[in-house]
Amino acid sequence: MPYIPNTPDDVSYMLSALGVTDIEELFSEIPETVRLAEIEGLGSGLNESDIAALMKQRARNDEGRICFTGAGAYDHYIPAPIGHLLQRGEFYSAYTPYQAEASQGTLQIIYEFQTLISRLMAMPIANASLYDGASALAEAVLMVVRSSHGKKRTCLVPESLHPFYRQTLTSIVGQQDIHCASVPFDEKTGLLNPDVLHHYAEDDACALIIGQPNGFGHLEAVDDLTDQAHKLGMAVIGVVNPLAMSVIKPPGQWGSAGADIACGDGQPLGLPLSSGGPYFGFLCAQKPYLRQIPGRIVGRTHDAEGRNGFVLTLQAREQHIRRARATSNICTNQGLMLMAATFYMALMGSEGMEKTMAASHIHTHDLRQRLCSIVGVEPVFDSPYMYETLIRLPIAPAPVLEALAAQNIEGGWNVEPFHPQLGHVILVCATEMRTHDHIERYHAALAALLNP
Amino acid sequence: MNFPDELRYRHTHEWCLLADDGTVAIGITQHAQSELGDVVYVELPDIGTAFKAGDAAVVIESVKAAADVFAPISGSVVARNDDLTDHPELINEAPYGKGWLYRLQPDNASELDALMSADDYRQSLDNADTP
Repeated sequence: MPYIPNTPDDVSYMLSALGVTDIEELFSEIPETVRLAEIEGLGSGLNESDIAALMKQRARNDEGRICFTGAGAYDHYIPAPIGHLLQRGEFYSAYTPYQAEASQGTLQIIYEFQTLISRLMAMPIANASLYDGASALAEAVLMVVRSSHGKKRTCLVPESLHPFYRQTLTSIVGQQDIHCASVPFDEKTGLLNPDVLHHYAEDDACALIIGQPNGFGHLEAVDDLTDQAHKLGMAVIGVVNPLAMSVIKPPGQWGSAGADIACGDGQPLGLPLSSGGPYFGFLCAQKPYLRQIPGRIVGRTHDAEGRNGFVLTLQAREQHIRRARATSNICTNQGLMLMAATFYMALMGSEGMEKTMAASHIHTHDLRQRLCSIVGVEPVFDSPYMYETLIRLPIAPAPVLEALAAQNIEGGWNVEPFHPQLGHVILVCATEMRTHDHIERYHAALAALLNP
Repeated sequence: MNFPDELRYRHTHEWCLLADDGTVAIGITQHAQSELGDVVYVELPDIGTAFKAGDAAVVIESVKAAADVFAPISGSVVARNDDLTDHPELINEAPYGKGWLYRLQPDNASELDALMSADDYRQSLDNADTP
C-alpha cells in the first residue's frame, strides 16, 4: 500500500466537503483529558543515514551478550530454514488473508499452525493467533466472562504470574468492570496452594488463571488446582510456555476434565528475541468455548469440484459482520510470526522440542547449583522448576546485573521491585544454547563481584 | 411464502403465538429464515430472563450472518427450544413448528395487539420489495 501525502489544498478541499474548518474539529469528541499532547522520548525526524546508524546501534544491543534472562522471552536456537522461508515474498504480510481464492498458501499454514498448537496444548480448538501472550490472557478472561453471560466477573490471578501479564490483564479487563483478585503463593514453594483456593473464590468468581511454569519458572500443581477450581465453579485458564508443553502435561490434560482455555506467548517457538518483539499470542479452548474465541479461525473445506481448500471460518460472530455486537475487537492475527512457529514445530518435531527442553532444564539446574555455590547466593524456592528459577543475592540486584552486562553477561531479571518481600531476588534461565563454559563464566563473574 | 393467520408478527420478522396457558411461543418467519440462509448456531436465553419488547433475546448465526432476534413483547422466558443446539437447521425446515425459539410469560398480553396480522406483515414485505 503506498503512502500518499495530502497537499494543503487536498486537506482544505476535504475539510470543506465535510463542512469543518480545522482537522482538530474531527477529534472534538475525544476529551482533552485522554489526549496525549506529546510522546515523551520521541525525537524529531531523522534522515536516512542517521536512521541507519541508529538502527545498527540498536541491533548491536541484541548481539554479543551471553543471555541468562528469560522472564517470558527465551534465547532458543532458531533453525536456519525458518529465516529463509519467512523471507519468501508470498508470505510477507502480517495480515489476515480475507480473500481465500488468492491466499491458499497462507491459509493452509495458519490451518497447520492451529492444528500443531492445539495438539501441543491437547485442546480441540485454536485460533489464528493474537498479538502477544499477555493480551491473549486478557482475551481468555473475556471469553469466560462472556460465557457466563456477563454475570460472573471476578478472575483469580496468582501473584506468582509474570507481573507484566498481571498488568496487561488489569489494564484490559479492568476497564470492563471485571475484577482481578490476587491469590498469594506459598512462601516456601512459590506455588499456589490448591487447598486455600476456596478462600478467594467469591460467588462471582468465573476463572482461575494458572501459569505453567509460573512467573518464577516453577511448576504448579496443575491437576489439583484444576480439579479444585472446577469444584468451585470456575473455569481454568492455563498460561503456558508452549515449548515446555512438549515435556510436561499440557493444559488439555490437567486434572480430571482438563483446563478450559490455554494461552501464552509463541516466542519460544522459533522467534528471535528482537529486543522484545514482535512475538505472537496463541489461544486454544475446549469445544464449549468455540463461539467465544476472538479473532480469526481458519477451516478446511472443499470447493464445488471437491478439491480441498482453506477459508476463514466462523466469521459471522466477528466485527466486520456483526459490528458493535461482535464477539471481540480482534480483527487480525500475527501472520508472519505464527508462520515462524509453524515452521519451527514442523522442523523440530516432538523429539526435537523434547530434547531442547531437556537440555534447557539440565543447564538451568547446573546454573542454579553453580551460582548458589557462591557465598551469599541461595535458591529461593524448593519446588520443581522447568528452565528458569529464582535465586537470592546478598546485595541489591540492579547494580550487580549492570556490572555483569558490562562483561557481556545478561545475568537475569531483577524481580525485587515486583516482590520486595522476597529480598534481593533475580530470575535466571539457561536454555539449550548455554554451554558449560558460559555457566562457568557467569559463575566466575558473579563470584568476583560479590566476594572481591 | 407462508404466514399463518393465527400468528402475530413484528416488523423485525419475529412471530408470536398465544397458547391456552397464557404463554407466548416466539420464532422467526419464513421470510427471515430464507434471508438468513442455512442456520448453523443459535444462542438462546436462559429460563427466567426478563425482556422488554425490542430487547435482543436470541442470536441466530447462519452461513452468511449473525443476527439478533428481538423480543416482540415484554415478558419472562419460561421455556426454550434446546433441540436447536444440535439441530439449528430446524429453523430453516420448520420456522413455525419445530424451529420455535422460546416461550415468554407476557407481562401484558395486550402488547400482542400492537403487532401485525399475517396480512399486514405480508403487505409490509411487499412494500419493502418495491424499489
